[in-house]
Parts: sequence; C-alpha cells; structure tokens
Amino acid sequence: MDAVPDAAPVIIVGGAMGGLRAAEALRKSGYSGPLTVIGEELHAPYNRPPLSKEVLSTVVTHEAVAFPRRAATEDVEWLRGRSATAADLDAHTVTTDDGVKHAWRALVIATGLRARRLTLPGRQDPSMPGRYTIRTLDDAIALREELREGRRLVVLGSGFLGCEVAATARKLGCEVTIVSPSELPIIRPLGLELAAEIQRRHEAHGVQFRMGRSVVDVLGDARFAGVVLDDGERLDADVLVEAIGSECNSEWLAGTGLDTTDGVLADAAMRAVSQDGTVHDDVYVVGDIARFPHLVFDQTPRRIEHWNIPTDTGKRVGAVLAAKLADDGSFIEIAARPFTPMPTFWSVQFEIDLRAYGLPSLADETRLLEGELAGACVLGYYRGGRMIGVVGLGMQAALMPYRQVIAAGGAR
Amino acid sequence: MIKVEVDMNLCQHYGQCVFEAPRIFHLNSDDKLEYLAEANDDERDQVEAAVDVCPMQAIRIVE
Repeated sequence: MDAVPDAAPVIIVGGAMGGLRAAEALRKSGYSGPLTVIGEELHAPYNRPPLSKEVLSTVVTHEAVAFPRRAATEDVEWLRGRSATAADLDAHTVTTDDGVKHAWRALVIATGLRARRLTLPGRQDPSMPGRYTIRTLDDAIALREELREGRRLVVLGSGFLGCEVAATARKLGCEVTIVSPSELPIIRPLGLELAAEIQRRHEAHGVQFRMGRSVVDVLGDARFAGVVLDDGERLDADVLVEAIGSECNSEWLAGTGLDTTDGVLADAAMRAVSQDGTVHDDVYVVGDIARFPHLVFDQTPRRIEHWNIPTDTGKRVGAVLAAKLADDGSFIEIAARPFTPMPTFWSVQFEIDLRAYGLPSLADETRLLEGELAGACVLGYYRGGRMIGVVGLGMQAALMPYRQVIAAGGAR
Repeated sequence: MIKVEVDMNLCQHYGQCVFEAPRIFHLNSDDKLEYLAEANDDERDQVEAAVDVCPMQAIRIVE
C-alpha cells in the first residue's frame, strides 16, 4: 500500500444528511485536519421527509428544509454538483465525474439511494414530462407545480412515500389512484391489520386503489397521458408519480473489493467490509446505503431506510474515525462500543399520524396494545415473542415507553 | 447559558428531543412539548443532539 501523507483530507462522498452528520461528528470528536465533502446535489444538505408531506402541500423551498449550519464545520470544503465515479482503496483515491482524482487519508461512503424508475420496453424515458419521482428537493419542486385541483394522478407504489404523496395530492384537490402489486398499502412494514386500516382511511378520503396490479404500458408521446394495467384497464391521467422503492448508489465502488451485494457492508463500527471479509480501518459507511449488524435485533447485517439512520451512523463514524486519526490509543475501545441506533420513523397521511420505533417488518406476530384500530392505537410487533417494533396512530405518550422495551431486547 | 428555541408552529410533539435532553424537553400529560428556554453550557451536546433528531427540525440554538 502506498504511503498516504497526513496532509490528505478525509473525504466524505455524499453531501446529504449522512455526509453532513459525519462531517459534524468528526469535528466534534476532535478531528481538525482537512475535510472534503463531495456531493451530487447543488443544494446544501436538507431534510427530506417534508418533501412528501408538509412541504409538498405548501411552497417548496430550500430554506424550508435546510439543515442549520454549524460553526465547527465552516472550514469543511464542499465540492457540489460532482459525483464519484471510481475509488481505489489501495491508492487511496476517489475519482469524480470531472475526471479529477482526489487523494484521501480516510474515505466515508455516504452516497445513499436514488429513486427506482419504472422501466418498460420501449418506454424507457423516465424524463418524459409528467413522470416524477420524489427523492430530492428539485423533484418535489417540480411535482408541486403539477398538483393542482382536478389533476389526475397515478401513484405507482403503495409504500410510505406513495401513500404520503397520494394523501398530499388528494388534499390539494387532485384525483388520485394508487397502483401497486402489493395486496395492501404499506403491508410489509406494518402488517395486514394496520395496512387494511390505512387503505380504508385513504378510501374514505376518495383515494382509489388498484392493488395487486402492475403497469404494462405508459401512454402519451410528448407528455405522460396514462397507464395500462396488467388486467387491461386503462387509467387516463396527467401525472405519474413513481414511488417504487430505491436503488443504492454503489456503482462507483465497483472493483474496490467491497461487499456491495445490497448497499455497502459494514461492521458495527461502520467500517467497510470487503467480500473477502477484510475490515477497513480507513473506509467507513454512513446512512441508508450501509448494511450493518444491529445487535438489538440479531447479527444479520441489513440496510435500514429510516430517517434517524444517517444521523446515528454519521455520528458513529465521526467518533470512530476521529479516534483512529488521533492515533491516541482510544480507537480499539471506541470501535468496540455497542452501536444500536433505534430505527425511528413516522408518516402523515390525512389525519393518520403514524409514529414507529424498531423494525416491525421483521415481526411474526402483531398485538393491539392500546386503543382501537379504527381510532387511535398502539400496535406491538413481535418476533419469537419478543417485541421488535411498535407503531402508534396518535397516542404519542403511550407509545414512547415501548421504545425502551425494544432497546432492552424486547423481553416483557 | 445556551438559549433554546422551539418553533411551536412546526413542532408536532414527536418527543425525540426528550430522549436526548430530558432536563430541557418533556411531553406533558396532553402529549404536548414543553421545554426550558435556557440550558447550561455543559448541556450543549445534549441540546445539539435534540436539534439533530427533531423530525420537524423545529429546535434551534440561538447563538
């Protein structure tokens, strides 16, 4: 391995929430050397969840969602509008799409996810006017323009994002149809009972569902005009929102030897792990691209696409990497500390105010703990009799104590 | 002293801040957030963590 001069910066690839939190945490943990963030978007880091909820229903601006700037990170160098195209872990370099090769002392991978697009033979142009995803601020700004009274919207996908966009658009007066191959909306994380209740509430607000269906053709030439479903039904529409999940931005790591099977494999210290099992002390992974073991639940590394994960993993990397760079003997102890961030998520759809902790998607059993399904309630999610997730509709105070139960391993 | 501000028009009473800085933030019996407008200097890390975990990004440290 080539000698890496101490003067080379720590490079964080990814300029969204995870990259920002890692930069802040490096500074807070005492790393004062050069620090560079490479980010694809031109916007300074901002909060994504409101883009399908509150912000989409009003005026979408960067100010409304920007994260606060902190004095400790004012000297961080931001390279915006650039993306990484390659990395070399032996030469300690990363190459950007303008052809520049950047040397690093340590590398933080925080490139996150992108929206998956609908791909149909002969209909591969997702940039067709009228077709949208909602991942970035610019996506939300563009979609907001379309959400006018009477517009006909097809939402493809019935996960949290699809349901939130559907509810927001419906409130703005659009006619909304959700098309999804699933049996019920948000069924994978929430389970049958709650999913059925969510669909019922959406229908009460006039949202239409085509569940168990997929799109076989997209209509329109110059502009999106509708879809044809696999049962032959034709839905004429003005706008298509594709909320069919995400893909990992890990292509730039091809050839590095890192395990990029699903995201980027990391250990519990968020150090990147190679396919041959090598753990890298100078390469780290942050955010929803990280596949890491969460020891409260089990030993299985998995990616967690919840909002708190970029912050929690960013802070973890900041602490571990700063100790490594300080070379003061604290690294082994800090890297070995338990790391069990509580998955935390929420959703707003019409009057549905859903809040959740843990990983309910892993459950084999659901129990109604408080209230009633048709109103406010708390549902517990169990695997092998141990609580691994909890979901509340309203009832925040009743919900919160269960977070500790899950954190303690779920025994009751 | 650190001055803490919560935009109560934004706050949706998620209570995430309560886990990070329990002396400064709490949910009352109506599930509504209440908070102290001043924190001690040695509580800065806690309050910053509360700022970070607020889903609505409603908490601000006034410098």
